[in-house]
Amino acid sequence: MRRILSICTLLAALGGLSGAETILIRNATVLTVTKGTVENGSVLIENGKIAAIGKNVSAPADATIVDATGKYLMPGIIDCHSHTAIEGGVNEGTLSDSSMVNIKDVINPYDINIYRALAGGLTISNVLHGSANAIGGQTIVIKLRWGKTAPEMIMEGAKPGIKFALGENPKRAGEPQGFFTQGAAAERRYPGTRMGVEEVIRESFTEAKNYQAEWKDYNDRVVRGEHPIPPRKDLRLEPLVEVLEGKRYVHAHCYRSDEILMLIRVADEMGFKIRTFQHVLEGYKVAREIKEHGAGASTFSDWWAYKIEAYDATPYNAAIMTRKGVVVSVNSDSDELQRHLNLEAAKTMRYGGMTPTEALAMVTINPAKQLGIDDKVGSIEVGKSADLALFDQDPLSNYSKCLKVWIDGHEYFDRDKDLETRPKFQQEKKQLLDKENAQQGQRTGRPAGANTAATPKEEGR
Amino acid sequence: MRTSWLALLLAPAAAGLLIAADNSVLVRNVDVHPVTGPEIHNGAVLVIDGKIAEVGARVAPRAGARVVDGHGLQLYPGMINAATNVGLEEIESIRDTIDLDEIGTFNPELRAEIAFNPSSEHIEVTRAAGITTVIALPGSGGRGGRGGAASPVITGQGALMHLEGWTWEDMAVKPSAVMDMLFPEIQGGGGRGGFAALLGGPTRTYAEEEKLYKQKLDQISQFFNEAREYKAAKAAAGPGFKRDIRLEAMIPVIDGQLPLFVRAERERMIKDAIEFADKEKVKIIIADPREMGSTGPMLKAHNIPVVLGKTFQLPMRDDDPYDAPYTLPNEFYKAGVKFCFGTFDVEFARNVPFEAAQAVAFGLPKDAALKGLTINSAEILGVGNELGSIEKGKMGDFILTDGDPLEAKTNIKQMFIGGREVSLESRHTREYEKWMKRP
Repeated sequence: MRRILSICTLLAALGGLSGAETILIRNATVLTVTKGTVENGSVLIENGKIAAIGKNVSAPADATIVDATGKYLMPGIIDCHSHTAIEGGVNEGTLSDSSMVNIKDVINPYDINIYRALAGGLTISNVLHGSANAIGGQTIVIKLRWGKTAPEMIMEGAKPGIKFALGENPKRAGEPQGFFTQGAAAERRYPGTRMGVEEVIRESFTEAKNYQAEWKDYNDRVVRGEHPIPPRKDLRLEPLVEVLEGKRYVHAHCYRSDEILMLIRVADEMGFKIRTFQHVLEGYKVAREIKEHGAGASTFSDWWAYKIEAYDATPYNAAIMTRKGVVVSVNSDSDELQRHLNLEAAKTMRYGGMTPTEALAMVTINPAKQLGIDDKVGSIEVGKSADLALFDQDPLSNYSKCLKVWIDGHEYFDRDKDLETRPKFQQEKKQLLDKENAQQGQRTGRPAGANTAATPKEEGR
Repeated sequence: MRTSWLALLLAPAAAGLLIAADNSVLVRNVDVHPVTGPEIHNGAVLVIDGKIAEVGARVAPRAGARVVDGHGLQLYPGMINAATNVGLEEIESIRDTIDLDEIGTFNPELRAEIAFNPSSEHIEVTRAAGITTVIALPGSGGRGGRGGAASPVITGQGALMHLEGWTWEDMAVKPSAVMDMLFPEIQGGGGRGGFAALLGGPTRTYAEEEKLYKQKLDQISQFFNEAREYKAAKAAAGPGFKRDIRLEAMIPVIDGQLPLFVRAERERMIKDAIEFADKEKVKIIIADPREMGSTGPMLKAHNIPVVLGKTFQLPMRDDDPYDAPYTLPNEFYKAGVKFCFGTFDVEFARNVPFEAAQAVAFGLPKDAALKGLTINSAEILGVGNELGSIEKGKMGDFILTDGDPLEAKTNIKQMFIGGREVSLESRHTREYEKWMKRP
């Protein structure tokens, strides 16, 4: 209860700090990502959009001036693989194809990780199911509008997606072992091999195509003035039909090169496209095929060796795929890692010699391209949404920290304000603890704060 | 047979050794960062027989010495990761590749050193980031899911290992550097369920949990008493004395020679551990704390050092400041507590410089961060005279870089361990070289 109270206060204090005002951020090193760097540059925000960029930008008299002398302004960071702000489990781990379930229904706007991520410059997350199922469920893109409701967090104009998963994770339920069998004996669930994973996807799309044809036939007959009985609506197949019709992106969790190639061939056969390969740790082995298919690759900066399908990983993956012409992003897959994606991007400079701009692109314009939102966000350009992050020094430096974040021109994070409000929160917490101590202490003798550890969260990797 | 493919994958780490014709090396025209003294611009370092013989702005050439021109480069001591499971775990999800958390509550006789796989791919990968030495711990610290022990207390002796060598014997700098200990803690209970209840287990009240905790502490005290009695019996060498390797391994601990590496996350655990160390008169290092609370002055007064875990963590509680893990190292610094950095893992052991840098972004002085990867680590681990700085008489462990080694954008160009150049190639660079060539 006290947790909820505190969060509510935090929301009130920090969420929606200001309206869509006119703001001039002055004298910053502006890292536009797509149009070079403007030293001592200014960025004017009007009506939530970037209105002007340059060395000499004049602002209306009523504009709020942000003096950013010596500081660095970059586009808001975009995470192409997240499980943040999901209420409850990330996996509907019962069926091999659970495409009927939708992340949109379980967004938790009170997840403190939203605020923590904002504080690292993150503004947009592609929120996905876990990887327990070959087809995991429908996904959405959110803007981290802390303090707003769940529907208000969903990004306008961002095409929804669907999560696929290949390899060890979806076949794990088919060959239960280790941690997953502790306690009750686990029942095996198809598939238990990579062959079975392929078959699940092919079978589902075969059904989807039949379903699509039934509806086409029905609609054709209606047009002809007949009165046919409509086909039975199938919530599992509808999102797959949307994939076939190009209305929904496929984000496919994968590791090994063989399974990446397999999915490309299945997609070719069924007539749909993979929008992004996720994790894609062996993408560097089939970069040519990924590029030819037109898919993007969203990978980790340096994760490896946590399972056998991650043993051939190399932190040079992002660089190799980039050099081979694939659009590459670096993602988090983690509530912790999403707090410093700029530093994850910096690793691509060491591992493969990416330029600073190429490195920054991995967490800004490239994920925007992968999510089909690069016309709106992902770089500092006139007309784009004012999603911006201000750092005290070069965000590719490990010594940098984020100071301010704007989304659609609204300020959502300000480090100074965060620091200012801390004593108030501490005082509030103390009052609540004292009160609880007074009440509960008498009942159980249990000291306050004995049960406040954050519960570890299963990540999707 | 089952594992033969794995053996094939594990190319010997030592195969990349580049041995100089002469066993002396002179690195010159290099900016030397001794850590214990001011930077020497355009200086030189001479290493003879694996030890640093001279450091300075001018070092006389030596006949037969290999000369390395460090023009435009920076020379730093090789970095130390003071807490890892490198060498004892290859692939996190495959139990067969893991040698951590042996069955049993008290296992002080177990030695991480002898299970350190010199062919582990993690060795090359870790040193590519400029890390020359790691502590290899025999316990995972309760990361869970891997061992047989229900609630281990002493998991064995952690070894200080060079990341270079043909065998574990070659690689060991200090075979028994710390005694790895998981301090007990009162589990979350008290009627709201707690983790046990979530898993369908029994729910215990706080009072019950506290009782269990006290029983555990008594059990530990009893074990230490047994060790003392054993030591006395051994010294007396009376008739019927029989050697007990388990209790014998505790003698350096109760003598205050070998520090207990006490993993204590919470303020209360740290306090209890200090109290315990006082009572048992043993030397301790606090490992992997997640908060400092009011323990700073106590740690300072007792001269107890700290091996910090990852800076890149989530705050422990929902209502903690978002940057609580980032500011923690500076809290210990301001309290005057001596500390160094570790990662308590395997695959990210190479990222320990970035863990330190993140603390700098949130207030820790830069030189304190660097010391926490070099000289302080060496001193805390009892090898302050051998490692951790560029000083005459120390081992020739250093790196040449094109910048600050705490920055991801910096490239580690060359590495020397014990005065010998070590390859910076790894499984990762080999994949890179190979697959860039695919048409």
